[in-house]
Parts: sequence; structure tokens; C-alpha cells
Amino acid sequence: MKALDPRPSVISARLSGIGGIIAVTGWKGGIGKSVTASTLALLLADRGFKTGLLDLDFAGASAHVALGADGVFPKEEKGLEPPEVAGVRLMSVSFFSGKKAVPLRGANVSDAIIELLAITQWGKLDFLIIDMPPGINDAALDLIRLIPRAKVLAVTTPSVMAHSVLERSLALYKRLKVPALGVIENMTPPPGQAAKAPGAAGPAFGGRPGGGAGRLIGSIRFDPGLEEALGRPDKLLKTAFARDLGKIMERYFKKPDNYSGSRIKLSGI
Amino acid sequence: MHEWALAESVIKAAREHAAGAKLRVLSEVGVVLGELQAIDRKIFSFALAELAKGPFREIGRCRFRLIKAPAAFKCRACAKEFTLKVLKRTGREGEYIHFIPELAHAFLKCPKCKSPDFEITAGRGVSIKYIKGEQ
Repeated sequence: MKALDPRPSVISARLSGIGGIIAVTGWKGGIGKSVTASTLALLLADRGFKTGLLDLDFAGASAHVALGADGVFPKEEKGLEPPEVAGVRLMSVSFFSGKKAVPLRGANVSDAIIELLAITQWGKLDFLIIDMPPGINDAALDLIRLIPRAKVLAVTTPSVMAHSVLERSLALYKRLKVPALGVIENMTPPPGQAAKAPGAAGPAFGGRPGGGAGRLIGSIRFDPGLEEALGRPDKLLKTAFARDLGKIMERYFKKPDNYSGSRIKLSGI
Repeated sequence: MHEWALAESVIKAAREHAAGAKLRVLSEVGVVLGELQAIDRKIFSFALAELAKGPFREIGRCRFRLIKAPAAFKCRACAKEFTLKVLKRTGREGEYIHFIPELAHAFLKCPKCKSPDFEITAGRGVSIKYIKGEQ
């Protein structure tokens, strides 16, 4: 027989105690995926949900920076138990790479993702938020293959370039039947200033009520105070960014139908 | 004891294989332990034995043969082939590679051209080489 990789066989068992899995993705770099994923995890934890955050952006891991996860390391116990940072169980390649860059080719990325999913003991969680790397690449394809129940939450910006990539990527996800929660537009200029912003394309899809994967579920205004709150979860939760994201979360997630298929009903939020 | 998690995967994969191949009993599973991941043989062996004691009839009497696989590398930049013995790493770096072998690319480099862009051609981690059983 051909050599058999045993690791994928335990991945669904490792994730079996988790209610809902949300993959925060976007197909351009620098559009705020990591800060959205990290803040969403903090908001859910702040509202009493047991929440995990998995950073799969190996080349640009930064969820640990957003959460200020210094001096913590997973506990070795029949696998690795993620350390809790500001109420969020965090797993990141940064725990193992120190200050070094992680130069991985595609097949190595897949292997590392499978390893991390196979050895991480999440236990019981209401939500696992996954911070995805930009683009439809190995991590995205592995997510579709290994965690088919993960729902995609896409982040974009008002840039025409981000929109162009977003539309193509969402069409592909729709064709692959990847469940999607919708699109959040980040760094939206204040009303009346949209036309002045360089490259601004206005609200995602012109705010039209598109259905399915491309549905715009909310906008987050550009927040100049966000940068200095990174690394301090208590401050991050008080930013205008977190307030906008919190409103989207409450408005959207509290309709149980929007999270169908999950055991979680967020109607209590 | 992160070996336990990988041992669990071996047991589950072997049982899935048995079900797929309609094997009533598994008699022997050959498990390759790649040198790079530096799995603790004793702990891994203990975990396999404990996990096989579970309520799974097909694997209860299975023998696990652990096969050592030396790590081998080939540099993509200069084509140099090398082994783990010639590579320097600290204890901490070795521990990180133990958890995720791909971290080798963060800590190790080609001994000739110093590139981190090398292929792990053998001995990465845990895999199943063969499964024997009866129908």
C-alpha cells in the first residue's frame, strides 16, 4: 500500500466539541482580516461564549500581536491545549517560530496545517474563529477539504481592486459550495467622503442586496485609533472598530437562521 | 505527550482502513517515525498500546512495528543533498520542529548555500507504511 497519512483522520474529532466555525477571509493583503478575526473572537468571548482563535496565516501570523499574546505557550496534554489570552483560546504558528519568518512552500503549508489541526485539543467551544491568509491558496483549499462545515466571513475594503478580487473569489466559493456568512466592508470612509477616498468604490457591491455568498452584512468605518489599541484586548474592545463589528455581529448573528447548521443560537446577544 | 494525539490518529486511520478493506482483525501496522519530528518512541508506543485497548475489537491484538526513517533534505536553490546530522539547531528549535516539522524551514538552512528553501525528501514525521489483517 501507498504510505498513509494518519493525521487527517482525527481532525473532525478534534473539532467535534466546537459549535460554530467561522473562517475570516479576504483575498487581498492588508484589508484587516486578522484584526477582524481577533476582534470578533474577543467580542464573542466578552459576551460569554467559549471562543477559540486559530491563526492559519503562517507567513503573516499576527492574531497573537492583536491579542498581545506574550509569554504564553500551548500546554502539552495528549496534544496541545491552546493558551487562553483575554478569554480567547489562541493557536498560532507564532508560538513555534519565535521571531523568525516561516518561509513555506504550498505543500509544506498543507502539512503544517494538517499537523496543527491534528494535535490541537480545543475541547468545548461555542465558536472557533479562523484567521485565514489572503487569497485562495493552500490554506483555503485545505479548509474546504478538512473543515467543510467552516463558514466563510469575507472582509473587503472600498478599493476597486479589493472588490474585483472579492467578486471573483466569491463566485469560486459559490461554485465550490462553501458556506458563506457574507461580506464585511472594512475601512469604509464616513458618509459623503467616499468619493474623496483614493480608489474608493463605495459600499461593497454598491450596497445592492445581493444574495448568498456576496451579501454585504455590514461596514466598519476607518478607525484611526485602532492601531494603538492593538496588543491590548481591553482597549481593542473599546475602539470604534470593535463597536462597528459588534453591531454587525449582534444584528446579523442574532437571527438563528443566519447560523443554520450550528448548534449555536446567538439570539441571546 | 503530544505523541498521544498522533498515536490517536494512527489508531483511527488504521481502523478506517480496516473498515474500508473489510478486515475483521488487524494483526500488524507498520508506523514510520521520521527523524525530523523526533517522536519519543517509548511514549508513542505506550500511547498506541493504551489506545488499542479501547472497545475496538479489530485492533485489540494488533502489533505496532515502529520503523525509524532518517531525515533527508535537498536544497532547491543549489541542489545539495544533506542529512539532519549536519544541521545545527538549539534545543528549543528542536522542540518547535518536534511539534510542527515544517518549522525546519524557519530554523534550518542548506549547509552549502544557507537557503531555507529545501525539500524534506524523507523522515518528516509519522506515517503508516503498511497494515496487515484478516478478512
